[in-house]
Amino acid sequence: MPALVLLAGLLSADGAAAKGTGLVFVSNEKSSTITVLDANDQVLKTMETCARPRGMHFSQDRTAFYVACADDSMIAIYDVASQELLGRIINVAKPETFDLHPNGRHLYISNEEDATATLFDLETGEQLAEFETGEEPEGVQITSDGRLVFVASEAANLVHVIDTETQDVIKDILVDTRPRRFALTPGDKELWVSTELAGIVDIIDVATLTIVGDVTFLPTGFRKEQVTPVDVLITKDGARAYVALGRANRVAVVDVKQRKVLDYILVGKRAWGLALTNDERKLYVANGLSDDVSIIDTDSLKVITSVPAGLVPYGILIDDR
Amino acid sequence: MIARSALLLVLLIALAGQAIAAEREIFDFAYLMREGDPAYAQHRAYTGLSLRDRQRPLEGARLGIRDSKIIGRALGYRFDLREETLAEGASALARIEALSAEGVRIFLLDLPLVEVVELARALVTRDLLLFNIRHPDDGLRGGDCAPVLFHTLPSRAMLMDGLAQFLLKKNWRKVLVLEGQSAADKTLSTAFQAAARKFGLKIAAVRSFVLSNDPRQRDQTNLPILTSGVGYDVVFLADSLGEVGRYLPYNTKDPRPVVGSEGLTPAAWHWTWERYGAPQLNQRFDRRAGRRMTGEDWAAWAAVKVVVEALSRTKNRDVPTLRRYLRGDQLTFDNYKGMAGSFRPWNNQLRQAILLHTHNAVIARAPLEGFLHKTNTLDSLGFDKSETSCVMP
Repeated sequence: MPALVLLAGLLSADGAAAKGTGLVFVSNEKSSTITVLDANDQVLKTMETCARPRGMHFSQDRTAFYVACADDSMIAIYDVASQELLGRIINVAKPETFDLHPNGRHLYISNEEDATATLFDLETGEQLAEFETGEEPEGVQITSDGRLVFVASEAANLVHVIDTETQDVIKDILVDTRPRRFALTPGDKELWVSTELAGIVDIIDVATLTIVGDVTFLPTGFRKEQVTPVDVLITKDGARAYVALGRANRVAVVDVKQRKVLDYILVGKRAWGLALTNDERKLYVANGLSDDVSIIDTDSLKVITSVPAGLVPYGILIDDR
Repeated sequence: MIARSALLLVLLIALAGQAIAAEREIFDFAYLMREGDPAYAQHRAYTGLSLRDRQRPLEGARLGIRDSKIIGRALGYRFDLREETLAEGASALARIEALSAEGVRIFLLDLPLVEVVELARALVTRDLLLFNIRHPDDGLRGGDCAPVLFHTLPSRAMLMDGLAQFLLKKNWRKVLVLEGQSAADKTLSTAFQAAARKFGLKIAAVRSFVLSNDPRQRDQTNLPILTSGVGYDVVFLADSLGEVGRYLPYNTKDPRPVVGSEGLTPAAWHWTWERYGAPQLNQRFDRRAGRRMTGEDWAAWAAVKVVVEALSRTKNRDVPTLRRYLRGDQLTFDNYKGMAGSFRPWNNQLRQAILLHTHNAVIARAPLEGFLHKTNTLDSLGFDKSETSCVMP
């Protein structure tokens, strides 16, 4: 059986001129659908997709996007403009999420139930490598130079470091309880990793692969155990970070240099997935337990609107560049 | 010479392939079980019908070891489970002493209650860690407690408090209690009534039932009669055999829900729990054990995992260090129930949420919203520091 099933001409190399459709895609893991918003944040349509869609990523030329479907063990590939299914990579064991290598061809995927991370070739659809991780691998982050891949293992409290050249796990970094997602500061200096049950973000120095600091989240009136950070984003200038605080139903705004929380913004229930527009003026938040998306104005740090999604929204992609 | 350097080269290549797999120290856990333990005998309700069969939580411990493999790689340990079956009449204490002489320090006890009490008494302050993974008995956390003994399964008081919180939250304040004849039924009924008192529920009546078709005992065998003549919002059922209780829902005189042994039941774990990573744990368990994960399985899994957590934070395998860490306030144990676990230093009970489930869904998680505590909301369940009868030397 071919590992890659092509339904149409895949990944046109020339790519549409960059500007983007303005569409926003939200994967809904429980209803197995993708909610599509138009440039005005109105629900354009809800499309059926493969079972339990979670992590999503644009292709290098941004004409296509990839969706990891855990319950179908596949990565589905869609055309951004038409949302037509272009192809699928099959036999990907229960993928949760993934990152695209700067070479545009290699996907590093976390396989949640197999306690592995795998490397797939987008052109052939073949699995090129498999790495043993702790139980429940989740966040995957590749450095901008493509040299290192970080994989968080939720149940083992480890961040695994894969060297893409030697294809080895070169280090297991012990972090706080239940590491989930990553963000890198500009120049790949610092790796921020959310640790859900500890209620903090650990900061790892990428040069030495050691923890050099952390940021604790505790909105007024909350107890430690009610704050469960998951998704992390850092702005392009490296000044500000946004951290979705899960059960605290808030997004934290952090001064990256000072490692200090500036504000907490009230959003929907169990905020996990985050995405910023290209101009970084709007922040989208997927609220897993209120089945909606909060949209925040990043100047005023207020929610402008919230939009209904499918059941348990997980990830968000914005096609605006 | 050529052959030797070729071999060396092969070795070097093999080593390069495993960049971080250095020499690993063995770290053993022992799982003690007794042959012919009556707790695991089949309980036939009728030919071909088994209602309350229990499974050894051994699979939970095995999963805990498996789940710790990669953290072991990072810490330099290889975790192993010594599965020790005691023949009928063989001394558990002697086996623990023998294993301890071999360097084993961590013991999961899948033994009858009286044996656990005896072991705790015999080994009271020894530098070992014993884990009770199977008994919710309140006495074990009270008068029979010991510094050497830790409990990962919730106490009966914690379970009943969780249920009582739910009833109060629903404003189902008047409770009719139906209890069977066995000692286990009485214990359960007493524990529920204590929880009801603690949270201000009213006991409308306590009635006992018998398993019989004898028309002369109609007032104790006929469910509509047992549930009439008194006003109540909900029925609490204490029926450890399950043979009477399974006919209670839909047979009450008034249309009222049933909780306790049937209907809504409090537990450490449930196979349908779908938050906080639970589906992953349930699926891993199901795949390896070929059955659904129970509360006891979860408690055995948790015993292994919590020791590994202490080991990874202290980087020290000696028991006093591990025990201090387990009993301290730094422990944030990821127990897949959403609120980090830690041990109550006054009786070595693992703090944890309680799941209130039906046969196919988790309806609520206790502590319920609004039940507060001055230090940790999890301590609204079970015996608090000021209420414990445990005296730690």
